[in-house]
Amino acid sequence: MHELSLTEKILRLVLEQAGNHKAAKITRIKLVIGDLSGIIPACVEQYFGLIAAGTIAAGAKLEFQRSKAELYCPVCEESFEKRPADFNCPRCGSLAQLTESGRECFVESIEVD
Amino acid sequence: MEIDIEQDLFENEAKLAELNRSWFAAHRVAAVNLLAAPGAGKTSLIRRTAALCPLPLAVIEGDPASRIDTDLLNGLGIPAHQINTEGGCHLEAQMIGQALQEFQPAAGTVLFIENVGNLICTASFPLGEALRVVMLGVSEGDDKPFKYPLIFEEADAVILNKIDLGPFVDFDRERFYRGIRTIDPEVPVFEVSCRTGAGLAEWSRWLERKAGEYLDAATV
Repeated sequence: MHELSLTEKILRLVLEQAGNHKAAKITRIKLVIGDLSGIIPACVEQYFGLIAAGTIAAGAKLEFQRSKAELYCPVCEESFEKRPADFNCPRCGSLAQLTESGRECFVESIEVD
Repeated sequence: MEIDIEQDLFENEAKLAELNRSWFAAHRVAAVNLLAAPGAGKTSLIRRTAALCPLPLAVIEGDPASRIDTDLLNGLGIPAHQINTEGGCHLEAQMIGQALQEFQPAAGTVLFIENVGNLICTASFPLGEALRVVMLGVSEGDDKPFKYPLIFEEADAVILNKIDLGPFVDFDRERFYRGIRTIDPEVPVFEVSCRTGAGLAEWSRWLERKAGEYLDAATV
């Protein structure tokens, strides 16, 4: 559900940027989405289809690049890539701590005509 | 043509929250972002706290629909302002900024921002608050820190409500604390019952102290 407000922000941002460059059409939007961001790309895609209608971003292809979540194990004092539905250290099994990586919701670039 | 944007949307949220933070500091208002699932007892906590805490309270209520809580609080003499998100699942900094244009709590107020009942995305949207408080009722289960770690990660305090129901719902206190402590070894946990009043004096004293520290440090 929260994808709607984020998709609105994405649309506003890309329209503004395209406007700055006097572009006639946005054809592609490249996004980086962290595994811990709580954002479901399919939802963004669906909302985008609805709210971009009638704008120069209508029909733009959304390209999602996932960024992996990294956790830190305080026992082993090491970071590791988080596995799905698992917050435990693969080495010692302790519950690991969250780090900043994996929370991104990044508009990387757009392609315009 | 490709245009580089490189804009993190959450970073932008943080900037909007910063504007609220400046407003709160300049107006000496201690904002408390109160996060919990629906029915955990957020409004009850505010009502109870108002009776205990000597600082004046005000409330910004976030709900998808209705004015139920706002009407209730206003009826009790607690100034409250409603934000309806029309289905949205969290409050955002911009909504608080807009609300503050109409609803301006007096200097020295503790402003509760009662967020939309949700343990997921409310955690990702900073509002410019001085304190972030996460509340959980024992009937929700002892496993919540393991299942929703993000929301507990930045909490300044955790409130475990409905402890009077403990014997009826098999809440494993030890497991709950193990979860909380792994996420944050030091966050204060207040075990309370908003129904019986148990534990609330201690919570209220903590709030008064923390809000007082914030208000003393805030510029006039």
